[in-house]
Amino acid sequence: MPSFLLGRGISLVLSLIAASVVIFLVLEVVPGDPAQFMLGLNATPEAVATLRQTLGLDGPLLERYFSWIFGLLRGDFGISYTYKVPVAGLIADRIWISLPLALYALALSTLIAFPVGIIAAVKRNSPADVTIMGATQIGVAVPNFWFAMLLVLLFAVTLRWFSAGGFPGWHDPLMALKALTLPAVALALPQASILARVMRSSLLDTLGEDYIRSARAKGLSQGQTLWRHALRNALIPVLTIIGLQFSFLLAGAIIIENVFFLPGLGRLVFQGITSRDLIVVKSVVMLLVFAVILVTFLVDVTYALVDPRLRRAVR
Amino acid sequence: MALLEIKDLSLSIGPFGILRDIDLSVDAGEIVGVIGESGSGKSMTALAVMQLIPVGASTRGSVKLEGREVLGLPDAEMRKIRGGTIGMVFQEPMTALNPVKTIGDQVAETAMVHGGMRRAEAMKVARRTLDRVELPADRFPLDRYPHELSGGQRQRVVIAMAIAMRPRLLIADEPTTALDVTTQAQILTLLQRLVDEDGMGMMFITHDLGVIAGIADKVAIMRRGEVVEAGETVALFRNLQHPYSKALFEASSHIPPRNPPAVTSGVPVLAVDEVVREYPLPRRGLFEKRKVLRAVDGVSLRIERGENVGLVGESGCGKSTLARAIMALEPVQGGGIAISGEPIDPRRGATFATRRHLQVVFQDPYGSFNPRHRVDRLVSEPFHLLGASAPTGAEREKRVARALTEVGLAASDASKYVHEFSGGQRQRIAIARALIIEPSLIILDEAVSALDVSVRAQVLDLLADLSDRLQLSYLFISHDLAVVRSITDRVLVMRAGKIVEAGPTEELFRNPQHPYTRELLAATPNLEAALAARERMAAN
Repeated sequence: MPSFLLGRGISLVLSLIAASVVIFLVLEVVPGDPAQFMLGLNATPEAVATLRQTLGLDGPLLERYFSWIFGLLRGDFGISYTYKVPVAGLIADRIWISLPLALYALALSTLIAFPVGIIAAVKRNSPADVTIMGATQIGVAVPNFWFAMLLVLLFAVTLRWFSAGGFPGWHDPLMALKALTLPAVALALPQASILARVMRSSLLDTLGEDYIRSARAKGLSQGQTLWRHALRNALIPVLTIIGLQFSFLLAGAIIIENVFFLPGLGRLVFQGITSRDLIVVKSVVMLLVFAVILVTFLVDVTYALVDPRLRRAVR
Repeated sequence: MALLEIKDLSLSIGPFGILRDIDLSVDAGEIVGVIGESGSGKSMTALAVMQLIPVGASTRGSVKLEGREVLGLPDAEMRKIRGGTIGMVFQEPMTALNPVKTIGDQVAETAMVHGGMRRAEAMKVARRTLDRVELPADRFPLDRYPHELSGGQRQRVVIAMAIAMRPRLLIADEPTTALDVTTQAQILTLLQRLVDEDGMGMMFITHDLGVIAGIADKVAIMRRGEVVEAGETVALFRNLQHPYSKALFEASSHIPPRNPPAVTSGVPVLAVDEVVREYPLPRRGLFEKRKVLRAVDGVSLRIERGENVGLVGESGCGKSTLARAIMALEPVQGGGIAISGEPIDPRRGATFATRRHLQVVFQDPYGSFNPRHRVDRLVSEPFHLLGASAPTGAEREKRVARALTEVGLAASDASKYVHEFSGGQRQRIAIARALIIEPSLIILDEAVSALDVSVRAQVLDLLADLSDRLQLSYLFISHDLAVVRSITDRVLVMRAGKIVEAGPTEELFRNPQHPYTRELLAATPNLEAALAARERMAAN
């Protein structure tokens, strides 16, 4: 296990380095000069050149890359071209919405998907299974922003239980959670539908295995067989999907953030791109990549905890 | 009162009758063998006793365990019987254990479910039981996982799970079928010992007559859901009554008639010279140097035109790796291979022109075909090796039809899909596919191992006939020594990547020189020898 962790850790660091290089180079070659953009069409070339110098855009490539990376390591993400404030602050404000939202949605999705998927698998081909499969089919097919609008219509406009959008801040945690509830539900439902289907098919596969028959022949009841033998084995593909979903929820909530007027990371990147605020884009994208790679690492470690066959050293 | 008394047991799934009026009894301390081909209902009989029948199946008749009717018992009662009064061992040791639980946990579970024991206590039972199945504590601590054990060791764990509560009856469903002969012999000895020590009754299910004659006191022969004949082992086999039993008996020791043309020496169809195939092993530590596994270690062999050569050895000995190397499916790290005199370039692999001399038939008649292609497309697939000279149109159809009739199928089968055929017929299709471009050598990698004995006998006849008529050479790879003996001219014995002994088949089987060959031969179940041994015992 220690050498397994070491191996995964090294691959984590290498992935981060590779990702940072790619992000840096891609943003170098995309058209659109931030200095030109900031000064508008009528700016003199001299003014643009001066601004480029102040922004630190005219140094050699390697030097700029390393100054960016070492900045990141110190927590100095640079100054936003458009907001004129440190990017770190911008991100910090927003990550306290995006991260809890993603975790909230993931928790909801898992809490819904596990029991639903298990019931569907155990009661295969029963009316319960058919209903669940039908419902998850709809859940997969319908886009989450449409769900979001329905939720707003019902719970905010008609019933007035929740507000239709905005975020009051974390000084009252209960209010904050309440504000995140509708977006989290809207994000979670499609994810839960996918996860429930994966859970069902994975569990069905596992229930057909020989060792399930062995367990029954030992005298275990169906329920005991399910809990002690089937679930843990069925979990591996489910974990993969959970890992992918978390990454998606963190970065991909942009439409939902827009529907509910939540100032999250997604909106920040979107604004950064439209206003050529490349330093914001670069930093947020790097942060998201870091999150995704970290989640992948955690999923790998969970695999090894679940399945002893994976605890060997890396190949 | 018999320990297990099955009377008029019938089982049906929907409109399909699976079992009809089964009568079978097992006494304490007695081993009753149930033999039959696939689909004969032998496993279903065992599952009916355990009441682990598929959803939708219904049973009639009576199954009494120590005088108590078990058919129709509620599941809560049955659970006390399963694992408590009856232990069960299954065929596939590789999949019968939960991969994410330790062997200790899995054996202890039986004790926890039945003995109402706490974990610590159950672990002690597990330790004792693993010792009984000869998995000693120093080499097999309780926290081992199944993937750290070999097939034979895993089967011992499965047996330990079944006998942890010292059941009255042990049902063993093909417990040794997936194992090598030497391992099989050890497991059979173990089962026999456990039966003797505990006075258990054992219902032993198998398709192998040699195995059953060696271990069973009584035998029941099943076919299509019925017991066609049953009785005391020696008496039954010495005086078989039912035509099916007789056919089965004949097929199990079937020797295909052969009339081989003289072996023409000249350019050998296959020349393998000091071939080495190595695999890098996974790193143990992060910075440790990779170790290398030499799967094939300096093997040389020659096959002349019209010659049938057998290659025997246990799983992992490198025989299939050697076959893959010969087919140029894997690169070799040393030595040379030439097919019909044309050497294979180790870097670029075999050319089409070389490959057309060589075809292959694999073990699994179900996995060897793309299920979405029709038979004509499957069979004509090797034509691409001929390049521009491949037949097209009517000529192609004619060749497909000829190949199919050659292997005993109808030309009209060309338009069917493989799922419409039985296992034996599929293996015939695989042979037709190999034949169609008239190769000089066919590699048969366990090609008859998955077939029932009667079907196997037919396929062996077919192979012998084709070889005689077309002067085909075979490299016949198998773990089944009886089959190899019946069809090959020369045989090579392989162990740990090396050929340990080679020679003309009859000579080698009659007078094995290498200790390993002797061990293999001694471990191979033999119906006649087993019956003779039983008769000697009875006479004393």
